[in-house]
Amino acid sequence: MAVKKRKKDLNFFERIYIVEILKGMMLTLKHLFKPKFTRQYPEEKYVQPPSYRGRPVLVMDNGKERCVACGLCSRVCPALAIQVQAAETEDEKERYPELFEINMLRCIFCGFCEEVCPEEAIVMSKDYELVFTKYEDAIFGKDKLLVPVEQLKDRLEFIRAHR
Amino acid sequence: MVILIPLTKIAIAIGVLLFVVTYLVYFERKISAWIQDRVGPNRVGPYGLLQSPADVLKLFFKEDIVPLAATKFVHSLAPVISLTIAMSTYAVIPFGPDINLFGQKVKLIVADVDVGILFILAFASIGVYGITLSGWASNNKYSLLGGLRSSAQMISYELSMGISIVGVLIVSESLRIYDIINHQQGWMWNAFIQPIGFITFVVAAFAETNRLPFDLPEAEPELVGGYHTEYSSLKFAMFFLAEYANMIIASLLIVALYLGGWHLPFVETASLSEGWLPLISVGIYLAKVCFLLFVFIWVRWSIPRFRYDQLMNLGWKVMLPLSLVNLAWVSLLVYFFKI
Repeated sequence: MAVKKRKKDLNFFERIYIVEILKGMMLTLKHLFKPKFTRQYPEEKYVQPPSYRGRPVLVMDNGKERCVACGLCSRVCPALAIQVQAAETEDEKERYPELFEINMLRCIFCGFCEEVCPEEAIVMSKDYELVFTKYEDAIFGKDKLLVPVEQLKDRLEFIRAHR
Repeated sequence: MVILIPLTKIAIAIGVLLFVVTYLVYFERKISAWIQDRVGPNRVGPYGLLQSPADVLKLFFKEDIVPLAATKFVHSLAPVISLTIAMSTYAVIPFGPDINLFGQKVKLIVADVDVGILFILAFASIGVYGITLSGWASNNKYSLLGGLRSSAQMISYELSMGISIVGVLIVSESLRIYDIINHQQGWMWNAFIQPIGFITFVVAAFAETNRLPFDLPEAEPELVGGYHTEYSSLKFAMFFLAEYANMIIASLLIVALYLGGWHLPFVETASLSEGWLPLISVGIYLAKVCFLLFVFIWVRWSIPRFRYDQLMNLGWKVMLPLSLVNLAWVSLLVYFFKI
């Protein structure tokens, strides 16, 4: 770190500040022509790394949800945003969620549901553009939550690598 | 016919002024953005060019809020004073040499007054009333502080500004801006003859227009916007307009008094036809003014604001002696070398 100079130590040319002012002006002039940092958002979107926590979604394998409706996500959710109702099925997994709802007005994108899930059935997606105009629209049912597994590959790899 | 020419001149001057102010705001936003590595307004129209007209339109439809305890009449009067003063100063500033239009010699000035400089100085001093009265009439402590600051600042900087101008007047021996400009042909720009006066005048001009290193009347972080805190809608727009109009006046004045007006070395000596020279001169003049406007914006986004005591120190202990030194220098120059 540079040694702090007191005002009394400055010589005459430093004290009239004209050199420093010109230096500052030159700096801003240089920045005038530099490339800009701005991302033109709606046209040019952010490419998220796999560690990005967007809205939580249910993984869909072969047209069906992986979820076994154990209710752990619902238990762990600090914002009480998840509601699960289990039902029986003829499949190997025996249980499936009859109703799975996430209230996106309550969700805080903490990712606890993903962390606690024993089946890797609920993961955080990259989707962050959530707009709704009505309260009812903010409660995402299974129709909005189910996402094919192919689209979630890098997130699944990420959680496997870091679990 | 006699009244028609001045009226068209006035209409053109005001139209151009309003147009230039809207786009000056646009360029201020653009340049500030570029300096800060941003892009700036680019959504409304191509390159965001319609942003400023859209903003003006929006200001028209805003609710006009007057504080309950404000002095209503003065509160409404203050922006009018600011704007009228700013606009009437344009009348005596020429925009170029005489040109021939439809076989008639037209002066590019609304009113060619013999006491041009005096007129400008007088009106610039009235301009402070707009700000001070608005600060007082708003019945808001921040506005009041802003108004008081502006009056103190204007008074202390007007002095050094006036004395620097005296240097120019000694050289040109006239108060008419035409004569002052015509006296600066070739390399005889006042900025070269009296550099100290040039610097003091530019600094004082920044202080007079309340631009950034000296924008204490506004001082957003401490005074919440200063004198125009309690203004909204068109009254605010008038203050805004007046501020930018003052900036243009200051640039015009700096060019006219110190940077040779429409004179540029080599252009006059180059043999140009009678018809083209005036137009080129106007172009040169406007280019210089545009560059100065850019400097105004550039300085605003480079240099931090002065503290109040620093402002007063600079005004009284540095600017005033410097302008006096300049006055002595010019007097000696004229006495011994008769320029």
